[in-house]
This record gives sequence, C-alpha cells and structure tokens, in this order.
Amino acid sequence: MSKQPLQSLIHARGLVKRFGDFTAVDGIDLDVAPGEAFGFLGPNGAGKSSTMRMIGCVSMPTAGELRILGMDPVRDGSRIRARLGVCPQLDNLDPDLNVRENLTTYARYFGLSRAEARRRAEELLDFVQLRDRAASQVEPLSGGMKRRLTIARALVNEPELVLLDEPTTGLDPQARHLLWERLFRLKQQGTTLVLTTHYMDEAEQLCDRLVVMDGGRIAAEGSPRSLIETYSTPEVVELRFPDEADYAGKLEGIGRVDPLPDRILLYADDGDAAVAEVHRRGLTPSSVLVRRSSLEDVFLHLTGRTLVD
Amino acid sequence: MAHPTVAVLERHLHLYRRLWRASVFSSFILPVLFLVSIGIGVGNYVGEIGGVTYLAWIVPGVMASTAFQMAVGESTYSVLGDFKWVRAYHAMRATPVGIRDMVAGWMLYVLLRVVIAAVVFLGVTGLFGALLSPWAVVTPLVAALVAVAAAAPVTAFAASIDNDSYFALLFRFVMIPSTLFAGVFFPVEELPGQIRPLAYLSPLWHGVELSRAATLGGAPPWPVAVHAGFLLLFAAAGLAWAVFAFRKRLQD
Amino acid sequence: MVTTMLAVARISPSRVGAVINRNVGALRSGPSYWLVLLSGFFEPVLYLFSIGVGVGALVGDLVLPGGRTVEYAVFVAPAMLAVSAMSGALAETTFNFFFKMKYSKTFEAILATPVKPFEIAVGELAWALVRSTVYTGAFLVVMVVMGLTSPGWALAALPATLLVGLAFGAVGMAISTLMRGWQDFDMLTTGQFALFLFSGTFSPVQDYPAAFEVAVAVTPLFHAVELVRGLAIGELSWGLLGHAAYLVVMAVAGLAFAARRIQRTLCV
Repeated sequence: MSKQPLQSLIHARGLVKRFGDFTAVDGIDLDVAPGEAFGFLGPNGAGKSSTMRMIGCVSMPTAGELRILGMDPVRDGSRIRARLGVCPQLDNLDPDLNVRENLTTYARYFGLSRAEARRRAEELLDFVQLRDRAASQVEPLSGGMKRRLTIARALVNEPELVLLDEPTTGLDPQARHLLWERLFRLKQQGTTLVLTTHYMDEAEQLCDRLVVMDGGRIAAEGSPRSLIETYSTPEVVELRFPDEADYAGKLEGIGRVDPLPDRILLYADDGDAAVAEVHRRGLTPSSVLVRRSSLEDVFLHLTGRTLVD
Repeated sequence: MAHPTVAVLERHLHLYRRLWRASVFSSFILPVLFLVSIGIGVGNYVGEIGGVTYLAWIVPGVMASTAFQMAVGESTYSVLGDFKWVRAYHAMRATPVGIRDMVAGWMLYVLLRVVIAAVVFLGVTGLFGALLSPWAVVTPLVAALVAVAAAAPVTAFAASIDNDSYFALLFRFVMIPSTLFAGVFFPVEELPGQIRPLAYLSPLWHGVELSRAATLGGAPPWPVAVHAGFLLLFAAAGLAWAVFAFRKRLQD
Repeated sequence: MVTTMLAVARISPSRVGAVINRNVGALRSGPSYWLVLLSGFFEPVLYLFSIGVGVGALVGDLVLPGGRTVEYAVFVAPAMLAVSAMSGALAETTFNFFFKMKYSKTFEAILATPVKPFEIAVGELAWALVRSTVYTGAFLVVMVVMGLTSPGWALAALPATLLVGLAFGAVGMAISTLMRGWQDFDMLTTGQFALFLFSGTFSPVQDYPAAFEVAVAVTPLFHAVELVRGLAIGELSWGLLGHAAYLVVMAVAGLAFAARRIQRTLCV
C-alpha cells in the first residue's frame, strides 16, 4: 500500500451494473476527492442507488474499473467497508434494541472494544441530538429522529467516506433542515460525503460537485453553479395560459422555450425584460413567475422531462 | 479487536436478554412436562424396554429432540425477520462483517442456547434417576451436533424464502414427524419397512441413538463414527447452503 | 347475561353470514393459506400414529376405569380427536382473530358498516367451527378406517366435537381480546400444550396423584376428552352430561365476554 495521500477516494472508469437484461448503470466514470461533498442527482431508476451499492462494496460491478480508498472492492470489500459509513435508503435500525444499543451493537461489527463503542455512542448521541432519547426504543421515534440515528450509526467507525442514499426522502421540512445542518457540520470537519438525492435544493445545499444521472448514464457533471450556468440561463420565466393554443411558437426569439404540459418555461438572462417582450407581443398569460434558474432546469434541459414525476 | 463473528453473536445475545422469558417454557419446562406425561404416565403401562425403565429409555430421546426442536424453531422467524423486517443482515453487510461471520455468529448463538438447555435437562433427569452411565456427560455434545445439523439447513431455508407461512408447513411436515417417528418414543424398528429409511435420513434419529447409547451405557445400532459422521455431513452441507443463501439474499 | 340475550335476539343472520363470507373469501388468497389450514389436521393424526400406535405397541392393552379392556390406541384416539377440535378452533380464534383485530384492522372496517360487534363474534366463531369440524370429521374417518371406533359411535361423537370446538373457540376469542402483543401468545401456547399433555389424554387421570387429578378436573380439555371418549368408545354415563354442561358454559361465557370486549376496544 502506498503511503502518499490518495488522489481520489472513489475512482471509477466505465462502471457497469446489469441485472439480467436490465442495465442499471451503463458505463460511468467518476472521481471523488478527499473532503469533497459529492452528489448523484436523478429521478428514481436513474442508477443512483445501484452505483452507491457498488461503492459501498455490497454489490459487485458487472464490468469496468472501480477503486474505493485505493482498494479493489471485489478483493478487499471487508477492509474497505471498515472505513466507510453507510446510511441506506431504507432505515434498518434494530427495533428490539434501544437507541444507544443500536449504536454500540453496530460499533462492535467494526471490531471496536466495548468501552470504545460506548464512548463513540455517547459522542454521537450528542452530535445527532438524541441524547434525551438514548434509552428509548426505536419504534416510537419520528422519521427524522430515526434518520439521524441511522446517520449516527454510519459515523460510529469514524469513517473517511460517508455514503448517504437519499438521506432526507420522506422527511418533513423541519427535519430536513436539521439533518442538512448536521451533514454540513460533518463536511466542515473534513469528512468526505457522497449522497444521492432527487431534490435539487438538497443538492444545492450540500454538494460541492454533482453528476446528473439519467438512464444509468451521467448526463452532466460540475458544481451546482456551473451546471446552471452551462445548461441554463440566470433566470427563468414560468408562463401559464388560459387556453391550449400554441403559444410556444409565438414566444420564439425571446429565449429558449420549453413547453410543459401545464406551463411554458422561458429561459432568459433578464427575466423582467423577457416578460415585457411577451406583453409587447400582445400575449396575455394568466400567470407569470420570474425566478432564478435551478438544477431542475438543468435536469429538464438534459433529459427533456421534469425530475419529480 | 473483537472478531466480527463474536460481534454478531453478541447482537443475538443482546436481543435474547429481552426475550429470554418466553423461551424458558420451550427450552426448559416443556421437555420435563413431556417426560412426566409420556415417560412416567404412559411409562407405567409400558414397563421395561431393552432392560431399562421406559422413562430412562426416552430421556435421551427427549433431550435430542428438544435440541432438534429448539434449533429448528429458533432458525425460522428470527432468521427471516432479520432479513425481511429488521434488515439486520443488510445493516451488517455495510460493515466489515462477512457472510461467514453472520452464519457463524448465528450458529454459535443457537449452539449456546441448545447446550445450556441440554445441560439443565441433564441435571433434571439425573434427579429422576434416569441416567444410567457416566457417559451421559457427553450428551450435551451430541445435542450440539444435532443442533447444528438441524439449524444450518433451516437457517438456509429461512434465508431463501419470503413468506413465513412456509414455516407452519416446515413444522408440521418436517419437525413434528421427525420428533414423533425418529426413535424418541418407540424404536424405529417398529416403523413399517418402507418408512424406516426416512427415519435414518433424519439427523434427529442419529442424535437420539448416540444420546441413548451414552445415557444407558450401551452401543448405538450403527458404529458411533457413522452416526456422528452423518450428523457432521448434514451440518457441513447445511452450513454451506446457509452461506450460499445469505450471500444470494444480500447481493444486489 | 341479560344484555347478551338481547343482543342474540337482535342478531341478523345475513350480517353474520357476511362476516363468514369474508373468511371464505380469504381462502382464495392463495395456496399457502390452504396448505397451512390443511396441515393443522395432520398434527393430531401424527400423534395418534406415534403415541397411539407406536408407543401403543409397547403398552399393549389398557384396562379402562369401567373394567373394559381396550387397545391403547383406542384409548388415545378420542383424546387426539378432542385436541383436534380444540386446536382447529383455537387457531382461528386466537392467531387469526388477533391479527384481524389488531393489525389488519379488518374488524374496524367491518364495524364501519351496519354489522354489530356481537355479529362479528358470532361470525368468527362460526367460521372457527367450520375449520374445527373439517379437522374432526376427517379425523373420525381415520379412526373408523383404523378400527378405533365404529361408524355409529363416530357419528355420535361428531356433535360432541362440535361442542368442543364451540367452547374452545369462544374462550379463545375472549382471550384474544385481552392480548397485548404476540409475546402473550407464548403463554397461550404454553397453556394449550400443558392441557394437551395432562388432560387424561395419554394415560387415565385416575393414575395422576390425587391432588393433581382434582386440579385437572377443573381444566377444560379434560371435560372435552372425557365427553368425546365416552361417546367414541361407547361408554355412556350420566357423567357425560356434566362434561357437556361445562363446555356449554364455556361457549356462552366466552362469546358474551368477547363481544363485550370487541365493543369496548373498537367502538370508542
């Protein structure tokens, strides 16, 4: 093993995962550097979770090259997992153990001594703010608390790389914000985070860099800002019209036009100017909204459909 | 550094601390009730069999069948549940714990439960005066062998299925017939010739004969090495199947 | 008691029928439920073969308290028949009933219709009785084929097994309404198994120590075994009426209690 610092914690070239005839991951290239917060953005079925499971060394690649922490997941799965923290999409906490025991029992799987397991558990109870629920059973906890406990459990071995598969799916807005704040703290402490999400706001909040996945392939890669700059315009105008007439044609020349089933998106450098031009052409939309461009627009541009459907 | 197998064993023991009360009946009291009802109650009418009291004759059988039933019973809902509802094995999969550690940790847990029950049973039957040979001390070892031979394939089965109603069928068509017709209550020679080979195939029969030879101080019908070898073979095949079934369920 | 009678008076057969019909519908859910249902019948049959026939060969003949000498299997078979009636009814009114009440919310859904709690209790009990009778009917056929009873006495024993199913079904349902969780079922299984071993099933109660014999005489399966055995082997006595009366009280009290508990638990 070389002692020099690793160039990338995750290194993939032409990575493929097939289930029978179905290709879940279709030849992707990736590099994640230490200290980075890296995201996979995409709808359900884009291949995010399959990729995560290969990175977590629980699913073997069908083809391609994959190195995690400089090691080969096929040969060194156990040694790699010893240095990973995994927060799976479905909580798999032990319902017959209480909150603290869930942490200590899991710590033992990493070969930690009982005393060390207890020490880490106490630390993490504070970190995820579950100190006063330490002796509680898992079942009565709220969804947000369970998620925090799952994340605490993923941190019990002080991992160099933490994998979070849709960390906030199904949580209410308050619980999400609390979770983001904790993850941000982790990132500040220098932990490398890799997460999947189908929420744009989550990707923008947490990720330094992300890839947009669609149909098992990487459609684009970059920082949230650079993706928006490359694939969209600074502002977007959302127009709704009272009837079904072909307004897209009448908007030609103002900016890029994207007709959706319920509204028309108009991409522009200056939203207000674009709206003025719409009115000048004698069009009377029933509603007009000017907003900053988001990753949703990037996604729509890349794949031709909206993310949340 | 704790070995991952030990960590898995600890997890099961930890859960058992919560649930042990429910198991007291099946592991300790039930076998004794059985002895009283059949061994003494019916034994009165049987008189002697093979030169010993009926009670002394069925004690080793009931011990082996308790080990067998515990091993089968433990390895059904708990194993399926840890895959399907609790997903405890999926959680372990994300750690350095390997498939073999999961199977080995689980087997050690079942073994521990069975051996403790066997030792307690040995003490109780000693008070009944039903142990006729000092070789009786090896019966917990036989119980352990029966336990792995039964628990390993059932664990594999539980890891392969998705619907728990198969267990009711396993109990009724495999476990109960084994218990009733594998030489625990009456010699297998009484069985019709066509059915007898089925008893020979059951790991329980081999365990019963080894235990009986030990507590009565005689020789089993087949050489000890053959009985023990059969049990070991059953256990090894079961373990291999269990590792295969766990791996299959946890991959992809 | 009076309220129970009133409830019985206002019961609607068609609504009870609807509750039973739901259970029949569940049968179509798949082959696994069928197999589990059928497999329940085999358990007492296997015991009959193992203890009655297998151990019976070691025992030889048995002198009944009345002085008659019978084969051991003839003595054990009616007990297994009574056990069969008990476990068929209990399987339905304990595990399945509890699941429907607590987890699948079946009763909650039914009570949103004009069906009344007492009608649910009667419907569930009737269904349990169907299952129990399927077991006992088949078991009686096995007994006749093996020459352990005559066809005539088998027919006489059938109504007795119905009463046994009714009594255990009703009490089982009453117990289920008190269950807090699955772990409580361990206690129920425990009790059921203790009854199975010590109700004059495998050896006459007269063999038990005197104090123990008195204790057993209070428990329900003992009365079921005595009633069914008396009829199956054709040893009639006035005592059989006493055993039957015990079972009738069990059935009525169990049903009334269960209906009240369903009302209280679900109609709040």
